[in-house]
Amino acid sequence: MSDPITRPGVAAPRDGADQPGTDERRPGMSERGIGLLGERKKARLEELARASADKGGVSLVRDAIRRLRRNPVAIVGASIVALFVLMAIFAPLLAPHDPAQRFDELTKNLTVDNIPGASSEFPLGSDPLGRDFFSRMIYGARQTLFVGVVATLIGLSLGVLIGAISGAFGGWVDNIMMRFTDVMLALPALLLAISLVAMASRSSQWTVIFAVAIVNVPIFARLLRGSMLAQRESDHVLAARALGVKQRNIVLRHMLPNAMTAVIVQATLTLSTAILEAASLSFLGLGDPDINRAEWGLMLGVDGQRYFEVRPELAYYPALAIIVVALGFTLLGEAMREAIDPKNRR
Amino acid sequence: MSLLDVRDLSVVFQRRGERPFTAVDKVSFSVEPGQTVGLVGESGCGKSVTSLAIMGLLPQRGNKVTGEVLFEGANLLELRPDDMRDRRGRDIGMIFQDPLSSLNPVIPIGVQVAEVLERHQGMDRRKALREARQLLDAVGIPDPERRLKEYPHQISGGMRQRALIAIALACKPRLLIADEPTTALDVTIQAQILTLLKQLVDETGTALIMITHDLGVVAGLCDTVNVLYGGKVVERAARHELFARPRHPYTHGLLNSVPRLDSVRGERLHAIRGSVADNIPWTEGCAFAPRCNYVVDACLEGAPPLEPTATGGDLRCNNPVPVEVTVP
Amino acid sequence: MLRVIVRRLLQLAVTLIALSALIFVWLRNLPGGPIEALLGERATPERRALLVKALGYDQPILVQYAKFMQRVLTGDFGNSIRTGDPVAEVIGRAFPATIELALVAMIIAIGLGVPLGYLAARHHGRLLDNLSIAGTLLGISIPIFFLGYLLKDVFTQNIHWFPPSGRLSTGVDNTEVTGFFVLDGLLTREFDATADALWHLILPALTLATIPLAVIVRITRASVLDVLNEDYVRTAEAKGLRHRVIRGRHILRNALLPVVTIIGLQTGALLSGAVLTEKVYNWGGLGTLITDSISGGRDYPVLQALILLAALVFVVVNLLVDLSYAFIDPRVRVR
Repeated sequence: MSDPITRPGVAAPRDGADQPGTDERRPGMSERGIGLLGERKKARLEELARASADKGGVSLVRDAIRRLRRNPVAIVGASIVALFVLMAIFAPLLAPHDPAQRFDELTKNLTVDNIPGASSEFPLGSDPLGRDFFSRMIYGARQTLFVGVVATLIGLSLGVLIGAISGAFGGWVDNIMMRFTDVMLALPALLLAISLVAMASRSSQWTVIFAVAIVNVPIFARLLRGSMLAQRESDHVLAARALGVKQRNIVLRHMLPNAMTAVIVQATLTLSTAILEAASLSFLGLGDPDINRAEWGLMLGVDGQRYFEVRPELAYYPALAIIVVALGFTLLGEAMREAIDPKNRR
Repeated sequence: MSLLDVRDLSVVFQRRGERPFTAVDKVSFSVEPGQTVGLVGESGCGKSVTSLAIMGLLPQRGNKVTGEVLFEGANLLELRPDDMRDRRGRDIGMIFQDPLSSLNPVIPIGVQVAEVLERHQGMDRRKALREARQLLDAVGIPDPERRLKEYPHQISGGMRQRALIAIALACKPRLLIADEPTTALDVTIQAQILTLLKQLVDETGTALIMITHDLGVVAGLCDTVNVLYGGKVVERAARHELFARPRHPYTHGLLNSVPRLDSVRGERLHAIRGSVADNIPWTEGCAFAPRCNYVVDACLEGAPPLEPTATGGDLRCNNPVPVEVTVP
Repeated sequence: MLRVIVRRLLQLAVTLIALSALIFVWLRNLPGGPIEALLGERATPERRALLVKALGYDQPILVQYAKFMQRVLTGDFGNSIRTGDPVAEVIGRAFPATIELALVAMIIAIGLGVPLGYLAARHHGRLLDNLSIAGTLLGISIPIFFLGYLLKDVFTQNIHWFPPSGRLSTGVDNTEVTGFFVLDGLLTREFDATADALWHLILPALTLATIPLAVIVRITRASVLDVLNEDYVRTAEAKGLRHRVIRGRHILRNALLPVVTIIGLQTGALLSGAVLTEKVYNWGGLGTLITDSISGGRDYPVLQALILLAALVFVVVNLLVDLSYAFIDPRVRVR
């Protein structure tokens, strides 16, 4: 914003009349029309014109990133996500205890209607099995991120595969693929996830991840297909086709990369819903049965629910963590969507 | 007393975190009762913003309007919003550029005409619809009874603009502002609409402000013409004077870029170099200087003043086009 | 117009048939399928073979599917494995509870969401707008079952404004006519039952309304912002029309078109949310039935009927929404 070029008249000295017109061309006949002016004047005029003109020619992605960096919403979202990822990576360094270890100091005071609270050694107190709740919260970032990212990646990959095939070929292939996504979209998200978990004879972390992933497949597929279909008729794809570029290369080099921006934005938003959906499945008793796994959704959905009357903190902390992280991904995703929307380009 | 007297009207757009932008810069002009006045210039010259400022239709926030808009002596800029609301549609009517988007897509044409009568003339719906039927008839819409119940997408572009004219003139306003009323229409329809406007203005004695970039429109309609550039009036003259002897290089350029029936075959049209994007701020000099064929050093010494000419007009130029250089 | 309806109905039928086929195949071929569910994992091969024959599983799959569809179309989904009751009866008992809850939630979401979205747009960039954006973001980021527990904790434990669970207080007599308790009370003139049912509905409906409310506020806001920039709103202003008329006739009528579509799509969120909300408030509806049919050993006949029913409701509601467009938007009508 404080680019000196955008503030005309500051740098150049005003040297008006001491440069009489030396050009003998008459007004009205000159091609470039600066006939009466000297070279310095000419340079100054061009500078002024450039300053007032629209700054064009910045590439789409660079432009979007520039707008993102100026958007406070994007900054807040990105900061939350960054903190969350750092916490996940450095969990072993941050957590004071082993999240799976049961401590005698905690278990001896543990009863059905009493779960020990905070102490100097255990800053958030105990969980229902006498483990350090604080360490479990920190390790929870790791497992929650894992579930969210893996579910999103699987959903994205399958969705992109279906969408790309649909968008690239069109015709009956497209028709069959889209009827298939119709069937999936005919079931409300959580119900589809529930049905998928119910398909497995017993649930595990992977049934949860897989169910959440599948729910998002039709969304990614439709998004990518729509975006690619729009491009099939676009000028740069027509130009590539006219130049004799192979169909495969047109799809891979031209259509897919352009369509992917929308998909990446959607993936960011999906990370938020994936974490929420995993928590919902846990709450319904369809989650990961591994009692040692520290994952926020699991902690909130199982222990948080069961011991809400006894120690509501067991629900509050994981819930707060989930809300903040979901908010972070949503803010970042929304800001990204706004940044690539041509409506907001100036 | 003039019907409308605009004095030193300025509109500055100020968005948070950005440099303020002066869209209209101390514009003054007046309109006598029954007169037709043209505001002419390229897009971005401030002519539409001027009209919106007169109507009080600029967004409430993000801009600052200064100066005076005296309508029959009363400063419209100082009216309470509700009082201005009472005047809009009754004392001043307005027609916009794009007739399709200017009509509400989900409401029948009849209601859109009738509602302005209900508002200002206290008619009930039935009476207003009857009146609307006559108005549609008066603006030359065939089979008005049927059109009352139709929606904007069901009628042609020319008919839509006729409907908008009917709406604007429904309450017999003393002033009509037409903002590029023919730009979005086919050429054949343009002429019909202009003829209609001229006829209605003559019949009703309504004063008209015609906002356009098209000098052809001005030629057939306006008594006086104000040429705007970069938010300022650069030349003002009676119509025949302006067309016979344009003094400002910009006006001259505009006239040169219009094809003429009497021009020599094979002769080239002269476009004005560059675009409004090449403007320099008025504080630096004449905004038109970078595109001007007559530019002199003084043109970069701040804005030239608007000065009366011998022929009764006004001109803002250091080095006007000589009177003998006429349009080719 | 008629052609559009016929085409949409055909599409709907194809979707539902494909879904039923998928469910049918899944039911027969997955580990822990109906045979195990009925007999337990340690059944002898002889008993298995008998049951396979009895259920007709030895016939070609297409024949099986045809028979299955034939029964489905007559409303016969078999019997629940858990209770032995006919599935149609089990679902019929739970259906009104969920629909009543979902309807009240939708009324709340629309009744609050549209005005809030409109106000936010009119206050674009100012405090109210920012607050409503923050609220909607929070609404879609909070696990609604957690919100349910919070509301329950505050309003039933700390301040006793609402009952913690169930659809009626014990001791309140009601005569079931339709299964919709609010309606039943009105029909039988047992107004205390209606009041009690409404009283029980408020918290669960608020919880369930959270996500649709957030979405409706956002869409309304965005849509009103778009419409405010439309030329016809400027025309309406240029006519000097009163605020009330511009708001109702010119802004909202146009701005609500996309909102109607979203309301249809939110049926999905309501059905999903009902599963969670019903568990929090111990609400004996379809959601509870789904949870019970999975956690208490897979009750496949009930599950498959529930899934088909959910899809049917969702698809039909969206079809109705699309068709209703024709009546709201004259531009669609002629096409």
